[in-house]
Amino acid sequence: MNDPILSCRNLEKWYSGVHALKNVSLDIERGEALGLVGDNGAGKSTLIKLLSGVHLPDGGEIRMDGEPVRISSPRRAMDLGIETIYQYNSMVPNMSIARNLFIGREPMKFSVGRFGLLDLERMSRESVEAIANVDMHLRSPDALLAELSGGQRQGVAIARAMHFKSRVLILDEPTNHLSVKETDKVIGFVRGLREQGITGVFISHNMHHVFECCDRIVAMARGEIVLDRRVGETSIDEVHTYL
Amino acid sequence: MKRLLKIYLQKPELAGAMLLVLLVIVFQQQSDGIFLNAQNLRGVLGILPEVALVAIGVTVLMICGEFDLSVGSVFALMPMVMAVSMGSGLPFAAAVALGFAACVAIGLVNGFVTIRFAIPSFITTLGMLFMARSLTVVISGGFPPPLSPDIPTDAFVGFVGPGQMIRMSFVWFVVIATLVSVMLSRTNVGNWIKATGGFHEAASSMGIPVDRVKLFCFVLCSVLAGFAGLLQVLRLGSPLPSIGEGLELQAVAAAVIGGTALAGGIGTVLGGVLGALLIRVIDNGLVLSRVDANWFKFAIGFLTIFAVVANAWLLSRAKRMKVET
Repeated sequence: MNDPILSCRNLEKWYSGVHALKNVSLDIERGEALGLVGDNGAGKSTLIKLLSGVHLPDGGEIRMDGEPVRISSPRRAMDLGIETIYQYNSMVPNMSIARNLFIGREPMKFSVGRFGLLDLERMSRESVEAIANVDMHLRSPDALLAELSGGQRQGVAIARAMHFKSRVLILDEPTNHLSVKETDKVIGFVRGLREQGITGVFISHNMHHVFECCDRIVAMARGEIVLDRRVGETSIDEVHTYL
Repeated sequence: MKRLLKIYLQKPELAGAMLLVLLVIVFQQQSDGIFLNAQNLRGVLGILPEVALVAIGVTVLMICGEFDLSVGSVFALMPMVMAVSMGSGLPFAAAVALGFAACVAIGLVNGFVTIRFAIPSFITTLGMLFMARSLTVVISGGFPPPLSPDIPTDAFVGFVGPGQMIRMSFVWFVVIATLVSVMLSRTNVGNWIKATGGFHEAASSMGIPVDRVKLFCFVLCSVLAGFAGLLQVLRLGSPLPSIGEGLELQAVAAAVIGGTALAGGIGTVLGGVLGALLIRVIDNGLVLSRVDANWFKFAIGFLTIFAVVANAWLLSRAKRMKVET
């Protein structure tokens, strides 16, 4: 089991004539926190979309634990244990915290095929536990998500990923539009991932955030990886010269 | 206590419920007590299921983030398909099945065109409004075919219960409303519907089959509208090609009065039913209070705007209430 948890081999992606990913190869090691940086349009988001099942690559392959996998849909990615948190935080504001936590993966008391009656008690109970596990304290799982602050929402999203035993957590610009205090909270969550044995991929164009919570920095520019270093072996200034 | 109050203020159907209580009191006063007597209630409850079933379908579809203007036409088309196919010799069950098949087909077309070509469902279903109405007139041949005496009318609109108080249509309505309500609030499908309408990107990134959820809601909406039309035709005893004109807007009004958000994600079946009940109550109450019946549409229009404003106000009050999260 020394294979990297996720391994991208020569990935290619075109968007209507634009070469968005050019022959990208990247190994993500088990348990590390990887920071992915780059300017807008550098290919970060494209790479993430391939890993989270939003798009399929036009060339190359993705391996998980050494086995080639075809991540054909977000659902498939989630089943493989790859969970993605977006800056808009993939939660529905007008639904309760408990319902948001289990969206698409609802526990059921009784079901016919994929459809059935929700186990509301279990959703309530487990969402309180899941949220407590990320050191957040919410009094009621029935409160609407819209009542939470931006940082709390990201906390719930991270609690959700942990609850479903995700193995790889991708955070796509999770600190955008957040206040300094809220950002610190999210960075704290990312630091906590390692203790839970979860591999993290943290995307940001704020270099300071990435250096604060990651073990390794990968920089992208014009659809290619231009730098790949341990945090201790590089500096913010050096990364900037590559972008 | 404060938390409880906050939860209740956030209920989308609250404004509708309060208006209903208020209006019932006013009409009871104005009609010298006739409004709430058994005879009148029997009349109101006899017609309610027809609007309410349409409103339920429209409500669910609106929660899902889409819109259906073709329900009034489907309301007329379904019973017409049934009547015409019975006229050509089909038994009742087969004719009804054919009628529902037409509803399902319309729902599928509405949904497919809306999703596939990414156009607003407002446009798709506006087109369908004209097409389905035209089909109804065409297959009727211009005048209503007679209803066959073989139809088990009593099973749909016969009077039942103590004192023959309610029609069977009311029983059908209660059963369907309960089922749809349970589906929306207690099943995973209901969760998906709310998520799809509440935040489309989030729903699809969490692996919810958003297109299929929408398609399902379009079909459900058409089928309920068709069934409501069947109930009306059986009650009237004749499949007029013109029934249900303007019903689509009444149904939207009912949904909105009941607290359904136009943008999707918020709403309840109970709210849609309350909205439909309010419309029936106003229609009936105005007459009993000896007000010129032409004020009916004015009242519905005013109520729609008022209910939405009241809801927004209640919600903002609730939001400002500080309780710990």
